[in-house]
Amino acid sequence: MTAPFAPVLPGSARPDASPPSTPRNLPEKGGTANPSAEAIAAKFAQAYIRSEVVWGDTTVYVRPNSVLEIVRWLHDDPSQRYDYLSDVTAVEYRDPEQEMEVVWHLRSLPYRRFLRLKAPLAKGSPLVVDSVWPVYKGADWIERECYDMFGITFRGHPDLRRILMWESYREGFPLRKDFPLRGRFSRAEQLRQALSITTEGRYSMEELSVAEAFEDLPEEMRRRLAGGERTGE
Amino acid sequence: MGLSQTSSTSALFDSPHQESWVATRLDFLVNWSRAKSLWPMPFGTACCAIEFMATAATRFDLARFGMERMSFSPRQADVLICAGRVPFKLAPVLRRIWQQMPQPKWCISMGACASSGGMFDNYAVVQGIDTIIPVDVYVPGCPPRPEGLLYGIMMLQEKVMREKMSDAAIRNEMEPDPQSGLYIPASKIDELSEPFGNSVQQTRSGL
Repeated sequence: MTAPFAPVLPGSARPDASPPSTPRNLPEKGGTANPSAEAIAAKFAQAYIRSEVVWGDTTVYVRPNSVLEIVRWLHDDPSQRYDYLSDVTAVEYRDPEQEMEVVWHLRSLPYRRFLRLKAPLAKGSPLVVDSVWPVYKGADWIERECYDMFGITFRGHPDLRRILMWESYREGFPLRKDFPLRGRFSRAEQLRQALSITTEGRYSMEELSVAEAFEDLPEEMRRRLAGGERTGE
Repeated sequence: MGLSQTSSTSALFDSPHQESWVATRLDFLVNWSRAKSLWPMPFGTACCAIEFMATAATRFDLARFGMERMSFSPRQADVLICAGRVPFKLAPVLRRIWQQMPQPKWCISMGACASSGGMFDNYAVVQGIDTIIPVDVYVPGCPPRPEGLLYGIMMLQEKVMREKMSDAAIRNEMEPDPQSGLYIPASKIDELSEPFGNSVQQTRSGL
């Protein structure tokens, strides 16, 4: 399971490239595109929508149902080697006609490249995309944050629940445009719900006491603990 | 007798309630020792905590007021100093810490956010910690300068000096409603949390 650790040296895949420097006088639109955009367009013609360069960064628009496939290829292919997922987030526009977008920020250390993937979610369709957790384990918490704030479901995420707001939070998804700034409930009701949080309620006592030995437990017990009832909430 | 009072301190003992001479002297002694050795429980959540640290450091030196020791355990603390905004997720934690502190205890709400929610009139922030726990002194400012906090502490010391043993209500523990967990009526909380000033204009609802 665990591969031996090999340090990744920035720029190691391009030994002939000039040393990095802060880019200056970038145009707002246009400029040199990241070569990965063209590679995606060639390899995933079905999923590719378009790409653009804004302030020197390349954004590739793709269809949401092939994101996992594309990300896996970007991660694994020796000509891409995007080994760092820096963010997963979403955008909802003020214009109600415009589609909501899920955004992935990928960085390739060996090639010193940055790529932004955007997947517009069609109006009226459920807000579901594939989780990139099978490729990047670090996607766990950032996808949970995206789910917490925007209500986007990441299919295949191991533990998709709220991370910033408490688990019994019932007012919806705060960064959506239809969410009122002060929340939906009265202040007294918000406070009442907040005070009813059981701060230790996330784990059962049994779970806490066996946490360190979890891997050694019998299969059915692990399944029961992973999906079983909690003490609180 | 040799214990005659000087004119400057006699005002302290001229009680309208006609308490006994011994009790008033004991009040003075107990209050004096409490006021001059308050141990703070710092509950710092934001930038106010930075000013609080400046207050505790050499230039302003909180130790001059008998607050040499920060009590990071609520069980040994006398004053809860809430420095910074408190999100709703932290409300049960703050309530628990307050309930863990033994009597006698006091609370200073430091800064605009702890006192009223400040600029954070949004879905996530408690609109004043007085909706969760009782507060003795509010220190305004965003964040208050160390002098401001010191003035608040001196006000609290004055308040402690005026306490009387004969006043039974002064040590009453907060009793939140078992159903809702609130200790003041819900209508009062809504009234206290009404938006004010420029905050009335800001909303993102209703596209």
